[in-house]
Amino acid sequence: MLRASLRQVSAALKEGRVAPTELCQRCLALIKSTKFLNAYITVAEETAMKQAEESDERYKRGQPLGILDGIPVAVKDNFNTAGIETTCASNMLKGYISPYNATVVQKLLDQGAVLLGKTNLDEFAMGSGSTDGVFGPVRNPWSYSKQYKEKSVPKSHSEESDWVITGGSSGGSAAAVSSFTCFAALGSDTGGSTRNPAAHCGVVGLKPTYGLISRHGLIPLVNSMDVPGILTRCVDDAAVLLGSLAGHDPKDSTTIQDDFEPFELPNLTDVSKLSIGIPKEYHAPGLSSEILALWSKAADLFKNAGAKVVEVSLPHTRYSIVCYHVLCTAEVASNMARFDGLEYGHRSDMKDSTESMYAATRREGFNDVVRGRILSGNYFLLKQNYEKYFVKAQKVRRLIANDFVKVFRSGVDILLTPTTLSDAAPYTEFIQEDNRTRSTQDDILTQAANMAGEQGQELNCFPLPSHFTCPVPLGLPAINVPTALSERGLPVGLQFIGRSFQEKQLLTVAKWFEKQVQFPMIQLEEVKRHDSGVFQHQKSASFS
Amino acid sequence: MRALLLGRWLRAGPGPPRVPPRPESRHRGNGGNGGHGPLRQKVSVEVLDHLEHLALVDFRDSEGVERLHKAIQFADQLHEVNTDGVELMDSVLEDRCLYLREDDVTEGNCTKELLENAREKVEEYFVAPPGNIPLPKLEERETFLQGS
Repeated sequence: MLRASLRQVSAALKEGRVAPTELCQRCLALIKSTKFLNAYITVAEETAMKQAEESDERYKRGQPLGILDGIPVAVKDNFNTAGIETTCASNMLKGYISPYNATVVQKLLDQGAVLLGKTNLDEFAMGSGSTDGVFGPVRNPWSYSKQYKEKSVPKSHSEESDWVITGGSSGGSAAAVSSFTCFAALGSDTGGSTRNPAAHCGVVGLKPTYGLISRHGLIPLVNSMDVPGILTRCVDDAAVLLGSLAGHDPKDSTTIQDDFEPFELPNLTDVSKLSIGIPKEYHAPGLSSEILALWSKAADLFKNAGAKVVEVSLPHTRYSIVCYHVLCTAEVASNMARFDGLEYGHRSDMKDSTESMYAATRREGFNDVVRGRILSGNYFLLKQNYEKYFVKAQKVRRLIANDFVKVFRSGVDILLTPTTLSDAAPYTEFIQEDNRTRSTQDDILTQAANMAGEQGQELNCFPLPSHFTCPVPLGLPAINVPTALSERGLPVGLQFIGRSFQEKQLLTVAKWFEKQVQFPMIQLEEVKRHDSGVFQHQKSASFS
Repeated sequence: MRALLLGRWLRAGPGPPRVPPRPESRHRGNGGNGGHGPLRQKVSVEVLDHLEHLALVDFRDSEGVERLHKAIQFADQLHEVNTDGVELMDSVLEDRCLYLREDDVTEGNCTKELLENAREKVEEYFVAPPGNIPLPKLEERETFLQGS
């Protein structure tokens, strides 16, 4: 039952085959027994059970609030949740109890969802491994899967050193969905932070168009690029979540005012009218041969099914990383200024002056990565650098946007690209690279380009280069669909990028693709022990 | 392809590759720098100090300073792009009007909640140490930059 999709379990709740409280209890028990994954920072056991009990009552009265009523979900720890600690995996916010719910959290709760807890991430969502938070790294559930264990030649005999990262920064959310402790989770996506861990953990990761979902209550990283991300087990579930969350929010002036109509995804059978674009610049140096082959096979799949598959060019792709780097650090420098210890969060004992108190507080509260970005951002915003860097980056952003406009105008509907350079790296390798290229770790972009240029083959085990997050500075919607397992038995996904606000088309195509590839379900010992009964007759591989 | 766990769709015979078989060649002018601009001069201690003042965040050690240098070097690649006559883009929603609410009070009166998370407060005030005192100068501060 825990392995079912959100829609399947929702149907079961409606038909009375399972009660919300039972579902909640099982999820909580599974969270406990998968604690070693470190996916959750806070588990809100009491409030979750209370929400489940209220849902029980509603189902008994035959008045569920909707498809999400009674469904256990998890939320990344950079969304404000009233009465529950929100830390952003940083010392700066340890102990901070939010006084309000983020709009998206409120929407979930209003529809009866059961909030199990807050998931782990990289500190302040800066990072691509979910290894840099103060609560420690998140472990990829696939590290413990039968599929991975069968393929791995353990260097030592301990599982302890073999585990792989989840990718990031929404690693906790991805791991939570992947390990069946919840049916959907919220992440955030600024530079690939939802799609990257989705690819590594074998789940669907959707980054909707900027402006579609409210950011009110999402602790901001880059105001002009942040988007709440949706992580689910299948594309249909992502559409359900999107339907529940999208729409104008008076509290977020960057949400568009157009009416949003939730939709059900059609079962596409005829792709002959579809035009799929393959951007040639997305064959980034360092892309593993496995993923290249998979990408190629996917293109063939569409072609053989009758779609038009064309190579396209986005000439400024390689600068999108640089552009992102400058704009991101600049906005971060501004956004992190709010953390001074005065109204909330960590406060230093220094009392000499406000400035020295702020400086000490920030010194104590932020890690290297965060401090590094703040300083870089401030550098680019200095009067003498403003035109040269910040404005220049905004101009390059225009050029990148024009590239996409041109491609979409030429008749291409959807772009198909890799999501990551390779499958998930073992933690021990990932942090080694970190330490060596420490100065570039804080910037996944820098790291990516660095590796791509000089280090060739070694880089096979690196997660997402921001190369692939190209659409982010432009707000385009993108989704990762788990595609196949790698030679090491780990998930690999492919990314689809659509036109602004054309989520229905994007998800329809993604759903078709998902159906074709039949990505295998993870085989986890832990889950088998907790799961039972209700869905035993269902074949594990299909998510229809 | 044998190596990938094969779903049926993967076993279909290969056609001509539809994805670029080779990565985009590294662009001229980069030499062995792999995606960085040319090595440039280091940032002066005065500017580093200035940044620490502006950001109220410290570099902490040489790694921190090196991080900044790498970031700048990376960002310098932007200068390879010709942006003459290009209008800057500051928002993806630039074609839409910014939404403004009616000037009606819809919420508030939450003093208690707002004060809840502050460590030091007196009645309904947040308490701060004395202001208008600038951070000590470089020589007097405890900062890594002192040694530079």
